[in-house]
Amino acid sequence: MFGLKSDCILDIPEEYYTLADYESAIARWCPGCGDHGILTSVQRLCSEKQLAPENTVFVSGIGCSSRFPHYMKTYGFHGLHGRALPVACGVKFRRPDLHVFVATGDGDCCSIGTAHWIHAIRYNMNITVLLLDNEIYGLTKGQTSPTSSKGTVSNTNPHGSILPPINPIQTTLGVANASFVAQTVDWNPAHLYATIEAGFEHPGFSFIRILQRCPVFQKELFQPVINNPDEITLLTHKNGIQIDPAVAKMYKHTVDHDPSNLHEARELAENLDRQVIGLLYQDKTKERYDLYGAHNMGITPEEKQKAINLELDKFAV
Amino acid sequence: MKDNKSNGGQKTLIKKTTLQQHIIEIVSDSGEGAQKTGQSMGLISAKMGNGVWTVEIIPAEIQPPARSKAGASGIRIRIGSKKVTNMGDEADLVVAMNEQVLYGRIDQQAFREGTIILLDNKWANHEVKTIQVEYAESLKDLKSRGYEIIEIPIEQESMKHIADPRKGKNMWVFGMLCFIYSRDMEKAEAQIKHVFRKKKQDVVDVNLKLLRAGFDWAESNLHFQFDIPVMQTQEEFVVMNGNEAVSLGTISAGIELCAMYPITPATSASHHLAECFQNAGGLIHQAEDEIAAIGFAIGASYAGKTAITITSGPGMALKTEFIGFAVMAEVPLVIVNVQRGGPSTGLPTKVEQGDLLYSVFGQPGDTPKIVLAAATIEECFHFVILARRLAEAFRMPVILLTDANLATGVQPFPRPKIDTEWFASPIDQSPWKEGTPAFDWDEETGLSRRPIPGQKGGMYTLTGLAHDQWSHVAYEASINQIGCDRRSRKLASFLQSLKPPEVHGEPEGDILVVGWGSTLGAIEEAVDMIREKGGRVSSLHLRFLSPLEPGLKDIFKRFKKIITVEINYSDNANDPMITRENRRLSQLAFYLRAQTLIEVDCFSNVHGQPLRPGAIVAMLEKELTLVNGDELVPA
Repeated sequence: MFGLKSDCILDIPEEYYTLADYESAIARWCPGCGDHGILTSVQRLCSEKQLAPENTVFVSGIGCSSRFPHYMKTYGFHGLHGRALPVACGVKFRRPDLHVFVATGDGDCCSIGTAHWIHAIRYNMNITVLLLDNEIYGLTKGQTSPTSSKGTVSNTNPHGSILPPINPIQTTLGVANASFVAQTVDWNPAHLYATIEAGFEHPGFSFIRILQRCPVFQKELFQPVINNPDEITLLTHKNGIQIDPAVAKMYKHTVDHDPSNLHEARELAENLDRQVIGLLYQDKTKERYDLYGAHNMGITPEEKQKAINLELDKFAV
Repeated sequence: MKDNKSNGGQKTLIKKTTLQQHIIEIVSDSGEGAQKTGQSMGLISAKMGNGVWTVEIIPAEIQPPARSKAGASGIRIRIGSKKVTNMGDEADLVVAMNEQVLYGRIDQQAFREGTIILLDNKWANHEVKTIQVEYAESLKDLKSRGYEIIEIPIEQESMKHIADPRKGKNMWVFGMLCFIYSRDMEKAEAQIKHVFRKKKQDVVDVNLKLLRAGFDWAESNLHFQFDIPVMQTQEEFVVMNGNEAVSLGTISAGIELCAMYPITPATSASHHLAECFQNAGGLIHQAEDEIAAIGFAIGASYAGKTAITITSGPGMALKTEFIGFAVMAEVPLVIVNVQRGGPSTGLPTKVEQGDLLYSVFGQPGDTPKIVLAAATIEECFHFVILARRLAEAFRMPVILLTDANLATGVQPFPRPKIDTEWFASPIDQSPWKEGTPAFDWDEETGLSRRPIPGQKGGMYTLTGLAHDQWSHVAYEASINQIGCDRRSRKLASFLQSLKPPEVHGEPEGDILVVGWGSTLGAIEEAVDMIREKGGRVSSLHLRFLSPLEPGLKDIFKRFKKIITVEINYSDNANDPMITRENRRLSQLAFYLRAQTLIEVDCFSNVHGQPLRPGAIVAMLEKELTLVNGDELVPA
């Protein structure tokens, strides 16, 4: 543990983890909330990948989606509004042995935590980030969010919001050192799972925006695209998200987008006529701060003592 | 007295005086290297065995206008035969690169009648006429104030060896001071080699040449010399500033992560750590902001690698929400606050002890945590190690208060004997016993064992929401009472291990001075001076501010008057509209009154200067008359 016992890696797993091993308290999200499906998808991923619950950490901020860790039977950290990413990076920095996930919302990530979001992309630590984006503040009961479309009627903009929204995918693609950017929807379990899995497998900071239904404050928001998949563009590529052809067939509009093509990814992200789902961008070779974080671990107490004494020598009288 | 070597046919008689202690100042425009000279002077003096204390004089801007009062940049070095614990009162000898910066120091009452001022005379023949005039007039004025002015061709002599005097006259001055104070030139040369170790050999060579030139010039031209005999000791000493001590304390505490954001005057601790971590194992994370810095540190601590974050007032303000979180979620963490002048951005480079009440009480809701304050540079080292221990044992953040005075001050102290036990994680790494809650609070002490990610069976979700012992969100609000009780009880438990503080001086008397933090040396020197004159004054110095050390009420009762001496704001009792009822007291006085229900007076200011023993003596003399005068008044 803690990287102190290197022989741990030779241990043969004695347990097989089933879905139930990741299920904690009954989720208290509203009936019909998109978060339920995302939770199931994540639990399935943990089981498929046989992640030891004790070596898995879910970090979140504040908001409806940030209750996520409480419903996982892993280690969890339900922190402060907007601050999930610095905490998650701190967890990972000297504990490369842990699988770290972040569950965050549109207010949490794209408003109060924006600075951390931008810098976490740049740090590119091996963390899977799920942005559960319902384009509204739910927990505080219906205020405009930074991703709410212009004209959204909310408690803070009763006559409709007046500013254009932040486009999280566009923003992420604009930050230096972005390495994995994908978008999916909560109502297509196959695509959702495949996207989260690809993000988990990515060696670096995987940013996944999940369009998520809020049946209370954004009842009609995604109904048109759910009823009519033609409103969505599916990204298909041999290096992209792989889903069952039967599911893919639902989508009339597809683009064979190579995820290494950043320029095209940005163009796709900026297209507001139709939401895209799939892998927009991936580069496994970007600089990773977590590798730096783990670089001088495991120095023995004797070596440490020697190093400190050498430092003290410089101040010796 | 001795005959000096021949100098142009003339023989100079040099009078050598032996001193117990002397206060030297070097003042200049910013960027002329005065601090480097002073630090070097302090370091070689400490290495020779002298007691030393240095204080940097730092203007607010990086490059303030030249020849201006506000631009005075430099350093004070107090050297003594015995241990020196504070910066002392007025300076005895000053080296000034121009006359204008002297006025910045005169405003601070830094000099006395008879202070020797060695002044660069290059301004006397400056090409700009107004400067010549300014210089001549100032010279006249300075003499009329009773200072002993000696004009020195500092720049002229330095330029014999170097083209840009801004890059070299400081080392010429170092040489001159080495002669004046009979310093060991071998040590001075070694110091120059150390200072310029990252520079090319020719830079080292020219600075060595300047050192020697300064020394030789002084030997040939000055008529006086001082000697400050050294202490004889077998003990090994180290000499460093408070930020370096915090840094070395951090690696010695076994901490392997410092998450920080640049802020004056705290940052140099992290600079030093960044170098030391390389071989000792550990890393600095320079976060995107102060909030992210503490969040990152808390993440690492939660994951079993107790971390440190080092900051100053404005940074503390930004960290507020996370400090509250760490208390609520019982995450161990070491927070160092190198206090500077406030409020708001305040006086970034100047000393203040203004964050006491913020640290103890400054978060929304009830946030019991341990707060301790280092009083010496030695304590800056050891208290980080202590802070980590306490943070982990009591599962809470620990705030260590230092200040700008300690951060840049240099003082020798016994070399710490590094113990490998300091590095060990006290966390029990065995598998978590099934059915044990994440907060298995002991009802009496509030203490509980902490599960760490990786620990089988210990899975739980930490939360800043009110929670029960399983860390489950409290849907029953009354659960909050239990959590608050348990967290508060940890402080009471910790208090069981503390002893009442020691009183400096007699255990009873007329006045008891109470202080905390970097004012220790000045307070005790002042108390000793008063006691020598027969005044019945004692002092005590608090290291633990939360919880407050035990037994204070009993100690206070043995004195007629209790006065805190602090560097933070209080209303003067004689100020307009100020009454006994509405007077806003300094922070420790306010806190002690609340805790002991004893009348506590205060003496404090926010001049941005370390306290001087002389000012405390003057205050105490006045107070003694009042205290003893009161006795004469019939009840």
